[in-house]
Amino acid sequence: MSADNIERFTISVYAENHIGLAGRLMQIFTRRKINIDSLTTSESEIEGIYRFTIVIHVTEDQVVKVVNQIKKIVDVMTAFFFSEDEIVYQEIALYKIKSSTLLGSNVEMVVRKNAARILYVDQEFTVIEKTGHKEETQELFDKLKPFGILEFVRSGRVAIARPMPNLHSWLEEVGLTDKFLVNPKK
Amino acid sequence: MEKTIKKVTGAEAVVLSLLEEGVEKVFGYPGGAIMPVYDEFYKYRDRIKHILVRHEQGATHAAQGEARVKNKTGVAIATSGPGATNLITGIADAQIDSTPMVCITGQVPSHLLGTDAFQETDIIGISSPVVKWSFQVTKAEEIPWAIAKAFYIANSGRPGPVLIDITKDAQFSEFDFEYKKCDFVRSYNPTVEVSLDQVKDAAQAINSAKKPMMIVGHGVLLGDAQKEVLKVVEKAKIPVVNTWLGASAFPTQHELFKGMVGMHGSYAPNLLTNECDVLIAVGMRFDDRVTGDLSRYASQAKVVHFELDFSEINKNVKADYPVLGNCKESLIALDPMIIESDGRDEWFSRWDELEQKEDEIVVQPDVNPAEGSIRMAEVVRRLSEITEGQAIIVTDVGQHQMITARYYQFMDTNTNVTSGGLGTMGFGLPAAIGAKVARPEKEVVAIIGDGGFQMTLQELGVIMQEKIPVKILILNNEFLGMVRQWQQLFFDKRYAETVIESPSFVKLADAYGIKGKSISERGDLMGALTEMLDSKESFLLEVMVEKEGNVFPMVPAGASVAECRLK
Repeated sequence: MSADNIERFTISVYAENHIGLAGRLMQIFTRRKINIDSLTTSESEIEGIYRFTIVIHVTEDQVVKVVNQIKKIVDVMTAFFFSEDEIVYQEIALYKIKSSTLLGSNVEMVVRKNAARILYVDQEFTVIEKTGHKEETQELFDKLKPFGILEFVRSGRVAIARPMPNLHSWLEEVGLTDKFLVNPKK
Repeated sequence: MEKTIKKVTGAEAVVLSLLEEGVEKVFGYPGGAIMPVYDEFYKYRDRIKHILVRHEQGATHAAQGEARVKNKTGVAIATSGPGATNLITGIADAQIDSTPMVCITGQVPSHLLGTDAFQETDIIGISSPVVKWSFQVTKAEEIPWAIAKAFYIANSGRPGPVLIDITKDAQFSEFDFEYKKCDFVRSYNPTVEVSLDQVKDAAQAINSAKKPMMIVGHGVLLGDAQKEVLKVVEKAKIPVVNTWLGASAFPTQHELFKGMVGMHGSYAPNLLTNECDVLIAVGMRFDDRVTGDLSRYASQAKVVHFELDFSEINKNVKADYPVLGNCKESLIALDPMIIESDGRDEWFSRWDELEQKEDEIVVQPDVNPAEGSIRMAEVVRRLSEITEGQAIIVTDVGQHQMITARYYQFMDTNTNVTSGGLGTMGFGLPAAIGAKVARPEKEVVAIIGDGGFQMTLQELGVIMQEKIPVKILILNNEFLGMVRQWQQLFFDKRYAETVIESPSFVKLADAYGIKGKSISERGDLMGALTEMLDSKESFLLEVMVEKEGNVFPMVPAGASVAECRLK
């Protein structure tokens, strides 16, 4: 695997929300020694079907094979992968600082200029929220750092495919639309 | 059946569900967390036969043996904790060799899950990378649904092992039993409609080929496509070779049959892989033991790949003409598009030329040695001749296995039971028990090395107790032969831990009430093989063979198939 062919890919997995499914998904990556950059999961637009958004750095050849292995899992409906320019995506970051630093500093200006917002304030702590790509949330991190960041957390990526394919077009293709729009049997 | 049976315990539901799936025999071992189910096996002993193995690994291999000779789902039962973990090797073996198997394990009561209770282990977690599907049952009501789904998944699409873990409280509690076979899981799509366009493209490639060859894999057996393969290759005059798991899919005495590909395959199939113009792969996955160095594998050829599992297409070898789907259906669609060939004399004479070379340098000295110790190859070839290639042959793993692959001339289908992908030493004896139990009318011979036999020899106890007339042929070279061969060739003959002493196998058999014989003279070979085969009961024949015999031809690890060595 030559390093120059490595790209960032976002994988969308649609699966039954069964116990152990996340573990099985992870094994696909573990077994091939692929590190996961980020992982987010939530219920999709179809009831009972969960959507996993996984970001990895690999070659195109690798991502094709990994996605095929994911699709083979019995509890997985289907999976797609996208390169960076095929998706619209966001991440969210939270920053906790001491409330006292707000006084007599330009923290509020930094927050405003970076299109972030103050989510929570009490006497001791203030929590700032910023939505954006990693580069943007990182930029705010670097700017807030001099004021002292007590805690920082960034979510995994949530992503929507720009054109297609998506779950609905796939369901139509395999003729399963009816089966999925009813509730799961069990 | 969809009638309801009132007030059934979960344990009884397990047995009723197995009966609904047509299960007649299960292999297993009791223990604390599975006791309620065993109580039901006792009550239902007239309708379902439970065979007590001596180690849970044996239950999985026996279930595999049954599955492989019948294309039917085998069943293995174990208790929680160590009982369950002992199943893992067999599950992994079944996964990589696409063998349908359902394993049922007991589990601690649900309120104790995650508390490190006695004999608790997270078997769902441990088995997860090597099962096709698994489910933990914690309520009795889930049992019929889970077992129905298990059988459906295990033996549809590309088969594989499924594990159902049942907590003890779910075995005890009562519910109204109703069984409905499963034929649909919305997230699982095992059947693929064959695309006629793909078949047309494949047909065109095959029709335009001057030097085609076909590799027949396990998928042909699983897809029951033996006749379809035969029809196509006879029409198009295509030389046929098989993978190791594809052995017994194509009659070895057929004029188009040219041997096996791979590390210990035949000379012509390996060399001509890199000379053919169209390589037709049917139901096989281009395993590294088949391809050698991938970057130098068949790069001159157009590859036509008939395959059911989409993830296998382009996984190792790029397919120029992939045909996704069940190979039986694909080949039926292909057949009318194939133009009858009037023979390919030049191409076939190239095969003959290489075959003759191998015959001179390897085969004749192997199967008809004039002097010296008995060679493994002559034992296998004599067995093949006496049984006329009709026996079910179960092998363990190592030199004896590759020798069997080379020299047993399979003439009947679904008769090769072996551990191919995982290479599980110890597979042979229990798998042979399963095969014999499944097809009692067939002669079943387990060919095993002195090393592998000692990994699962406790299963002789099953043969004793159940009076299973399995024939056991131990080829004893007093070495872990395959590793020794590599040490000789690649580690300057440093025989690290490959010298192995064995007990008297004949006395051991005797201790189990099994007849036995050991020979070391060539003159005794035919008589001993005949005595073994004529025996109505189980019989163990040990043949002391050449100590430092090697298996050739050989494609060394990492080499190209074109670099296949004859010595």
